[in-house]
Amino acid sequence: MKKNITKLLILLGLACIAFPSYAEEVKSLRGTRDLDAGSEPPEIKRLIADDRPIPRDFVQQPPLIPHKIDGYHIDKNYNKCLSCHSWTNYKQAKATKVPPTHFQDRDGNELANLSPGRYFCTLCHVSQLDTSPLVGNEFEPVKALR
Amino acid sequence: MDNTKKKSGFQWGIFIFGGLAGIIGVSLFLGELHYSASEKFCISCHEMEANVYMEYKNTSHYLNKSGVRATCSDCHLSNNLLEKVGRKVKAVNEVIQHFKGTIDTREKFLDHRLELATKVWAEMKANDSRECRSCHTAANMDYMKQSSRAMAQHIQGEDAGKTCIECHKGIAHRLPDMHTIDPSAVIGEASPE
Ligand code: HEC
Ligand code: HEC
Repeated sequence: MKKNITKLLILLGLACIAFPSYAEEVKSLRGTRDLDAGSEPPEIKRLIADDRPIPRDFVQQPPLIPHKIDGYHIDKNYNKCLSCHSWTNYKQAKATKVPPTHFQDRDGNELANLSPGRYFCTLCHVSQLDTSPLVGNEFEPVKALR
Repeated sequence: MDNTKKKSGFQWGIFIFGGLAGIIGVSLFLGELHYSASEKFCISCHEMEANVYMEYKNTSHYLNKSGVRATCSDCHLSNNLLEKVGRKVKAVNEVIQHFKGTIDTREKFLDHRLELATKVWAEMKANDSRECRSCHTAANMDYMKQSSRAMAQHIQGEDAGKTCIECHKGIAHRLPDMHTIDPSAVIGEASPE
């Protein structure tokens, strides 16, 4: 009996050493403020408005947008992005043309015009804020891009 | 002697009265020109208030970092007096269309948008974007302060003799159906007329 109790105490002690994080509170990005206390107004982040094309981390990555896109509307009447990125306009605008992959439907069939699934560019392509990542990241680009 | 004195007094009277009437007349005329060029006047018609004005409120000509605002008349009305009066005469058609209800709903407005916008673009192209240039002149632009891509485009455009509106369409209002204007930048079918 005595032996069992000592065993139990040793186990408990080990558990406390093994899982010390139980002692720490779970912390969200919002901090530890009460829900009804309102949150700290976030720092105003600036857009990276005028950059060279941003390096990609893997070959199939949709490239990030290195310029401002305020007021660039995309609707059934017009796609402002294509006023520079379309095959007709890219030379004049010195922009990258939309790649042929964007002229394929989801089954890989080639289309005469841009695929409807690619029409809303900002589903995949986004501009960047000048800020450090919220969480650390040790991702390394694939070998082909290093 | 007395007679001539009386007469010249009368003439003075007419002169002063005429002068006053003239001053009042010209002031009223200029006042009207001024009032009818105000934003308040422009959006007193539902057609302008509900469509182009609401859209304009989301653009940088309405709200921007420097606090300078360009309102309707800054872009759509010349500073030249004769041109201004000419535009007022043309506006008679707008009054007629208003009472005919040509664009009195959003749907009707959108149906006419391509036609209306095309007219404005043509006008602006013909006068070398004169109203744009009353604020933005190429000679006064510091290209070095622009983004690298804007700088390249402005130099290229200026060299090619292009005018502002050729590239800067739809900056203060939303665009009409552009299928016929730039088919490479839109998919699907043009909306039926
Ligand atoms: C006024 C012309 C213009 C408009 C409008 C425009 N772009 Fe661009 N875009 C450019 C130029 C020029 C480049 C840079 C090309 C370079 O420097 O190699 C570029 C670069 C990009 C790139 C990076 C390409 C790469 O290879 O890294 C992406 C992605 C992009 N734009 C997406 C968009 C999207 C999405 C929109 C609409 C929301 C848009 N662009 C609107 C001119 C434009
Ligand atoms: C469904 C996601 C998606 C949408 C929507 C989309 N793209 Fe892409 N885009 C990609 C991916 C993924 C790549 C990289 C691989 C490739 O080239 O297909 C890419 C690549 C690009 C490139 C770089 C091409 C090159 O030669 O390096 C440009 C430019 C581009 N897209 C523009 C656009 C524009 C403009 C639109 C809107 C009309 C758009 N994309 C819509 C996913 C998307």
